[in-house]
Amino acid sequence: MTGDRRSVVGWLLGGGFTASVASFAYPVLKFLMPPDVPEAAVNEVAAGKLQDIAPNAAKIVKFGSRPVLLIRVNETEFKAYSAICTHLNCTVQFQQDSHQIWCACHNGFYDLNGKVVSGPPPRPLEELTVHVRGQDVVITRHA
Amino acid sequence: MLTEQSLQTKAGWLEERLGLSSIRAFLAHKTVPVHSGTMWYYFGGITLFLFMIQASTGILLLLYYRPTPTEAYESVQFIMTRVQFGWLIRSIHSWAANLMILSAFIHMFSVALLHAYRRPRELTWLSGVALLGLLLGFGFSGYLLPWNTVSYFATKVGTDLAASVPAIGPALARFLRGGDDVGGATLTRFFGFHVVVLPAITAALLMLHLAQVQRHGISSPPKIEARWSGQGLAVPQMPFLPNFLLRELMAWYAALGLLGALAAFLPWELGEKADPFVSAPAGIRPEWYFLAPFYTLKLIPSHIWIFEGELVGFLGFGLLAVWWAGLPFWATSRQGELRSRLVTGAGVALMAYLAMFSILGYWR
Repeated sequence: MTGDRRSVVGWLLGGGFTASVASFAYPVLKFLMPPDVPEAAVNEVAAGKLQDIAPNAAKIVKFGSRPVLLIRVNETEFKAYSAICTHLNCTVQFQQDSHQIWCACHNGFYDLNGKVVSGPPPRPLEELTVHVRGQDVVITRHA
Repeated sequence: MLTEQSLQTKAGWLEERLGLSSIRAFLAHKTVPVHSGTMWYYFGGITLFLFMIQASTGILLLLYYRPTPTEAYESVQFIMTRVQFGWLIRSIHSWAANLMILSAFIHMFSVALLHAYRRPRELTWLSGVALLGLLLGFGFSGYLLPWNTVSYFATKVGTDLAASVPAIGPALARFLRGGDDVGGATLTRFFGFHVVVLPAITAALLMLHLAQVQRHGISSPPKIEARWSGQGLAVPQMPFLPNFLLRELMAWYAALGLLGALAAFLPWELGEKADPFVSAPAGIRPEWYFLAPFYTLKLIPSHIWIFEGELVGFLGFGLLAVWWAGLPFWATSRQGELRSRLVTGAGVALMAYLAMFSILGYWR
């Protein structure tokens, strides 16, 4: 009988203690996770003037908070890709001599269609659309 | 004027309150084995000494450092160019971090190859491996603090690697970054980890590690024990106090000399300020102690069977770390026999992998 009572008291104390620890831990764990901070959705950015970028050259353009690689393939053709390597998040660059997109971090190569040519990237780069409006180059996200 | 009698009175007063004689008596009984591998015993102490240097120089740097993306780089630049001896303090902090990790690796591999992890020292080994993990955490978090290009991309890669952990990866990466991507929130978090969280955990674990070393004493390698016991003798010992301690102090002094020379003649560079809108520069690579996994990640193809290469890499590193941390538990057979050849082979293979891939990672 005494044993039963002790065991009930033990369960109550243990349960109460566990519940109080959980009630302290839960808010702490929730606090550790950063809240979602919604960003204004960016669907289009002006990437500069035509003359700012020479044929067979590229530049990084801010697309909201993300970098985008704008490539002028020749006089008339432009390409734009998310500049974030699909392997481990580094920012890629255009290689003029090989006409490829290169990630210096782990030596990943993509072709000018954003497809993986060699190295560890698992997926192609996300493509964006480039419009030339008069002298202005505009990048838009695919619908 | 202090007479002998007044000194004795003061010593007696302190003794009554602190009980120092028991510590003195304990240290007087502590001994260290003397054999051909005794020199490897100094590396634990050297690591501790460099950790103390890190704590002191880190506190000094805190007086000027500002952990925000707009001020971090400039504040380190200010320390290096305007604060008197700031360049030296920062250089010592950076070099000591590297020497400390090198010394910890030497300590760990020497413990493994001298088979000092054996029963009853399993917790000493486990706490030591965890401490090395914490030192790498210090290295990773501290690397970002100057907010330069290399550190920015290293953090992007490191936190993205964490994202590849099955199930909890995305939440873990978000927790580390303080958001979806590396930015100001990451810098603030890493600063908090580096100066508060990691030191607190390290201090607690270091206490456990040192208490275990005190409790179990210094282990003699089984081969040397067998050689002496074959002659009916015990392995020769030297008293810890003062013989070993004085030798250890000389080792600390040598480490300090090397550190001072490196810091003064090869001051640590600051690099370019981080810019999220520039490409990762050619030749980018992490600190030397992350070069082996860095180069391995370069070699792993994008997909292995149905899994992405980075996941396979992460799981591979994780399993390797768990297997190595579990050394005391697989080093002995069920019959209690030490598998010394297996352990030595595994230790040498691991060292060869780390050394070879670090060299390849540096040059290629």
